[in-house]
Amino acid sequence: MTDSPMTDSPMTDSAMTDGPVTDVFAPLAKAFPEVEFEQVLESQQDVAHVPADRYVDFVAAARTAGFDVFVDLCGVDYLRSNPRYEVVTNLLSHEHVRRLRIRVGVSGTEPVLSSITSVFPGANFYEREVYDLFGIVFDGHPDLTRILMPDDWEGHPLRKNYSVGSVPVRFKESPKAQ
Amino acid sequence: MSDTPNVVTGDLEAPTTEAPAEAESTSSETADRKREVHDMWVAGTEEPAWMRSYTDEGAQEILAAEDESAPELTRGTVVEDDFIFDDVADDDELQILNMGPQHPSTHGVLRLHLELDGETIRRVKPIIGYLHTGMEKTAETLTYMQGSTNVTRMDYLSPMHMELAFSLAVESLLGVEIPERGQAIRVLLTELNRVSSHLVWCATQGTDLGAVSMLIFGLRDREYILQFFEKVTGLRMNHNFIRPGGVAADLPDGWEEDIEAILQKVPQGVSEYEELFNGNPIFRDRTMGVGVITPEECKALGVSGPIARASGINWDLRKAFPYSGIDKYDFDVPVGKHGDVWDRYLVRMEEIKQSLGIVKQVLETIPGGDYRTTDRKVTPPPRKRIDESMEALIHHFKLFTSGFKVPAGESYAAVESPRGELGMYVVSDGREKPWRLHARTPSFNHVQALPTMMTDSLVADIVATIASADPVLGDVDR
Repeated sequence: MTDSPMTDSPMTDSAMTDGPVTDVFAPLAKAFPEVEFEQVLESQQDVAHVPADRYVDFVAAARTAGFDVFVDLCGVDYLRSNPRYEVVTNLLSHEHVRRLRIRVGVSGTEPVLSSITSVFPGANFYEREVYDLFGIVFDGHPDLTRILMPDDWEGHPLRKNYSVGSVPVRFKESPKAQ
Repeated sequence: MSDTPNVVTGDLEAPTTEAPAEAESTSSETADRKREVHDMWVAGTEEPAWMRSYTDEGAQEILAAEDESAPELTRGTVVEDDFIFDDVADDDELQILNMGPQHPSTHGVLRLHLELDGETIRRVKPIIGYLHTGMEKTAETLTYMQGSTNVTRMDYLSPMHMELAFSLAVESLLGVEIPERGQAIRVLLTELNRVSSHLVWCATQGTDLGAVSMLIFGLRDREYILQFFEKVTGLRMNHNFIRPGGVAADLPDGWEEDIEAILQKVPQGVSEYEELFNGNPIFRDRTMGVGVITPEECKALGVSGPIARASGINWDLRKAFPYSGIDKYDFDVPVGKHGDVWDRYLVRMEEIKQSLGIVKQVLETIPGGDYRTTDRKVTPPPRKRIDESMEALIHHFKLFTSGFKVPAGESYAAVESPRGELGMYVVSDGREKPWRLHARTPSFNHVQALPTMMTDSLVADIVATIASADPVLGDVDR
């Protein structure tokens, strides 16, 4: 199923010569030397680790490089790691038949990231969702409001330190029933 | 932000491919403006504090009529959310209409905030979240074995695809191989599910455009498939049948006859519907050139599936990234030209036929063998083995009490659901429960694209456009 499971080696130029489509990242890697490319699990799962300050530029460059379909944007709360949050953007290229997953770390103390709605308008609802559920603020978003939770909700439910809550159940004749 | 609960900042324009004009404004400016707005609302109100946050729909505050900040409202930079019609309407003679969330034509609890100029829609704002049940949070508390019971409830019209996407994502982390029979059963069930989902679409699209008998016809034909699902999985919906490691059980005895009956009855029905729709002048007039979306807009907004194909994008995940051995079967991908409701109708009708073709091929070529992986760390042992083997008993106990561990890592798996690209992003930290599960659901994007399809069209076209987008609100809100 997997040729190279869980490889952590960055995709250098020499590693990208195993097919005609694998060098689609070469121009991106050249223009963004600080971005670390990685291939996980299957060949169709390509991951780029992008610094937060180059995020919008990288997404725009990826769009020019053929990854012009916006697929997905979501947040992940890696509670104890630094940076705490990660925003994962999925792009797709119909031309190269390839996906690109962009992972950006976002600080836990000041969760702010630039919005990519200027590049992909489809990110609008997804960024609102991440803001709503994780409290990550997207700078430059045209309408950053809660989308799934009620407007007056307090807290951001998908954060790991947000409890799922519980309803106390009272059992008959239980000593703890009081 | 959270201290201004009911104030929606920013302009309300429908998303377009152009960059927003105010994208360059710095964060400090934005923060200042928000603070200013907040002060304005609180200072301008005469109501006691309890009234301000009394309803669960949001606070109700009335802006003083002579407030200096009123121009902000007219520019559309501040829009009050609930109940209060802002000054935009009076100045431009726009009428604000709330459609939903209990409107029958919104296919669930979708609410549309419409700004009408006479009969023409000028701005649309979809408001969602009425069906949000926090399924992504729930998924973090369920083991991978229980996970498919959760995800199958998201898109309740294509539960098989939800389960399949989840299973594929988990299996890619586990690195298990599914036997060929298991893969064929998965293809059989998902393609039947595509037919049943498209039949519901067909029923509701007809009803929304006035062909009320279409609802009965579509649901009647879907019933054949649901009865088959009930026979196979035990449930009509929310099957929890496709699980990480394979499928829950083998197909029941006599399933071939049931499939043959479906293959005989459903195409007959479909040809009847085509007869009903194709030459119908009302249906043609109400769908042709309505709700148009271009290929570029589809790509930028993440619109996928039949809507993208109707606009001329030749893209199907079953062809591009084949999953579950679907590349073994011969089928065509219908592609439209104009991106309007009529083309979506044609594309979906053709997809029903192609999916039935795949079902026929599965029926003819299904291999024998195991229907789930033999990896005992993932698959529970057969009931008989539990009586004989201590090890089997331990495995069974461990699997059903604590589940199986999945290697740390992250994976994204996508399938072509009846609505489009349905992806599951699973992050594992090496334990029995996912650290994070994110469902990339196609309806979410399609609801987001509704303003693009609707703006500057007529009010009467709203229902046609919503029906053609085929949103499932359980899928949108999760």
